[in-house]
Amino acid sequence: MLIQENNAKKRTGFHRFLASFPKFFFKLWLGIKKRFVAFGKRFADGSIGTKVSHIFMGFGNVYHKQILKGLIYFFFEVGFALIMIVSPKINATPIGGKAIVNFITLGTEAGDIFNPTDNSMLMLLFGVITFGLISIFLFTYFSNIKSSYKADLDVRAGLNPTSFKRDVADLLDGRFHIAMLTPAIIGIVVFTVLPTLFMILIAFTNFDSAHPAGQVLFDWVGFSNFADIFSGTGEISVRFGPVLSWTFIWAFFATFTNYIGGILLALLINKKKIKFKKVWRTVFVLTIALPQFISLLAMRNLLSEYGPLNSFLVNSGIINHPIKFLANADSPWTARITIIIINIWIGVPYTMLMTSGILMNVPAELYEAAQIDGANKRQSLMHITVPYILFVTTPYLITSFIGNITSFNVIYLLSGGAPIVPGYKAGSTDLLVTWLYKLTIDENEYNIGSVIAIMTFIITATATLITYRRSKTYKEEDAFQ
Amino acid sequence: MIKPMDGTKVLTKYKSYKASERASTIVSYAVLVILTLVWLYPILWILLNSIRTEYNDQNQLIGIVVSHYFPYQIGFDNFIKLFTETQFPRWFLNTLFVSSISFILATLLTLSVAYVMSKLRFKLRKKFLNIAIILGLFPGFMSMIAIYYILKALNLTQTLFALILVYSAGAGLGFYVAKGFFDIIPNSLIESARLDGATNAKVFSKIILPISKPIIIYTALLSFTAPWMDFIFARVILGETNTQLHTVAVGLYYMMYGERVDSNVFTIFTAGCVCVAIPIVTLFLAMQKYYIEGVTAGAVKG
Repeated sequence: MLIQENNAKKRTGFHRFLASFPKFFFKLWLGIKKRFVAFGKRFADGSIGTKVSHIFMGFGNVYHKQILKGLIYFFFEVGFALIMIVSPKINATPIGGKAIVNFITLGTEAGDIFNPTDNSMLMLLFGVITFGLISIFLFTYFSNIKSSYKADLDVRAGLNPTSFKRDVADLLDGRFHIAMLTPAIIGIVVFTVLPTLFMILIAFTNFDSAHPAGQVLFDWVGFSNFADIFSGTGEISVRFGPVLSWTFIWAFFATFTNYIGGILLALLINKKKIKFKKVWRTVFVLTIALPQFISLLAMRNLLSEYGPLNSFLVNSGIINHPIKFLANADSPWTARITIIIINIWIGVPYTMLMTSGILMNVPAELYEAAQIDGANKRQSLMHITVPYILFVTTPYLITSFIGNITSFNVIYLLSGGAPIVPGYKAGSTDLLVTWLYKLTIDENEYNIGSVIAIMTFIITATATLITYRRSKTYKEEDAFQ
Repeated sequence: MIKPMDGTKVLTKYKSYKASERASTIVSYAVLVILTLVWLYPILWILLNSIRTEYNDQNQLIGIVVSHYFPYQIGFDNFIKLFTETQFPRWFLNTLFVSSISFILATLLTLSVAYVMSKLRFKLRKKFLNIAIILGLFPGFMSMIAIYYILKALNLTQTLFALILVYSAGAGLGFYVAKGFFDIIPNSLIESARLDGATNAKVFSKIILPISKPIIIYTALLSFTAPWMDFIFARVILGETNTQLHTVAVGLYYMMYGERVDSNVFTIFTAGCVCVAIPIVTLFLAMQKYYIEGVTAGAVKG
């Protein structure tokens, strides 16, 4: 179906965005109300088959001779009921009805010589999965009633209920989007939504290195991990502020150095008089094509205390002693500035490529008009080319700022977060994300890691929502169609 | 008001203009040459290290980082050691296996989501778009730990199959660039085919896919090279000890920064880097045109 949607409502400013919240809940409530009314109406109006479908799924379809479809619904219901009642165990932890109880308690058996400890982590995970199964069941349950009711209406209108074959064939046409999206959605739910929900929940528990899963029980602790950021003497309260401010400083400089550098480089390569444009461009594409673990680890060694760069600088008399550039730098700012400079080497080619692409698309009539008006090259550069690039790349500037807040490779591979701050895991070049990685992967402090991840998400999400909703792309999505 | 100019004045002005233009061209070339040197300095250093073949008094290969940039002696001893004394060939095949399968799956998923989001209109479309953006904002490692435990509960950790799943399953969320590409295809093309009775599936396979070569190549290129570049996910899922399952990135990283660090392996490490870089860089350069198109489209679309 190619029905054009109306342009998205124009929203401006942050207060509008905030004001949309109550409206959202009101709409949600209206939606729920509508569903309930429809549910009651269908039950009252439906045939006997539809009525029975409210208890035995698929009965209505069988009643209308859609045998296969009915059986699928029925076996789905039976399978779901069996899982909920029997609660099969995976790795000694039940999934199904019992998992709901376990989700609340997170395990009661502390373990002794006779009984193994309950695995709180798996209980939490299986609880989330069980809630997921319940939502899938509810969805299928309502679709079963709808399908049966639709068959009722078809029969009343003197038509045949749709055959299974036609239902399947429709997946390639009218409901093509379902066929196309289902595999992707399954992948996203299992590998993105489920894990994300799970990790959000972990932020509200005391699952840390003192409570390893399957050995010591852990429990819900409410918001206390979040409160620890603002009070207390732990790592998270002491280091959160410094890491956050360095993250912002890094994101700001990393974004703008690359942006300005890339545009300048593109303008340089694309100058009319410059020959072999493709060769120059290829030199810089090399950096993009080279896997970052190679180029960054090479840089790290190149800049090491007795590496070739230091020996070159010492031998040529520019400095007297080797400079400790990165992890063992004497001042955190030496390492930070070095990292930002190396990041130029990494990132500028990307902006350069992008800008080169855009330069080819600058509407030619703009230049022609300028030429007729007697503008010289410099004027058309400053008044046409540059403003055009800036205008077109604003969305990129925003996404790249957010990308830099969550960028991992550059810091982790160059300095590993060091120079270290004695007594804490977060070094002076650690970003929120590298800190989070260390805390969870190396130190098993899962709950604090989750708290940091949620804070990172809040920061990036706020920035994105504000800018994205104001961006032209969102408002005028259908403008070019 | 136009002032009349005499001929010589115009000529000198023209000459000085010419001269300044030539000067600016020379400066531009000079800057480009310097930048090229800066950009190639580390890359060339990797290449030089991989062929550095210097032995110490005990007749041991000197594999550490040394202070001289150009090697005193060259040879292929590092490559021989890489292929005989480390598990690099195994890592290479592992990575090739993972990326060959995951790039097909990831490309299919990305293109199907992108097309549906761009050209079909259905009830929950806008919601799906918004949810996709929000999910994309969660730091990837946040879900990584959970993925690790989910795979562990399924007894799938430390298998290459798990890695394939992880690389391809999330692909559905990265549809934005491809959606931007489909957005530009005029709707009239699709509508006329629909009027002729073509199903949506036919339209996609017979009309859209044949004209989408640039975006297919761009998506395939990125998803094929991802397993060669990523070491974060691979490291968590495969672990350090299970060396025969490593991908090139993980294997080479642990060679340099593992539990048992041997600083004498740097030159062998660089030999490994060269073996990885040559195919990947060649691929990128060959597909450069499509890559630039994708990058530009992605940036402009935001």
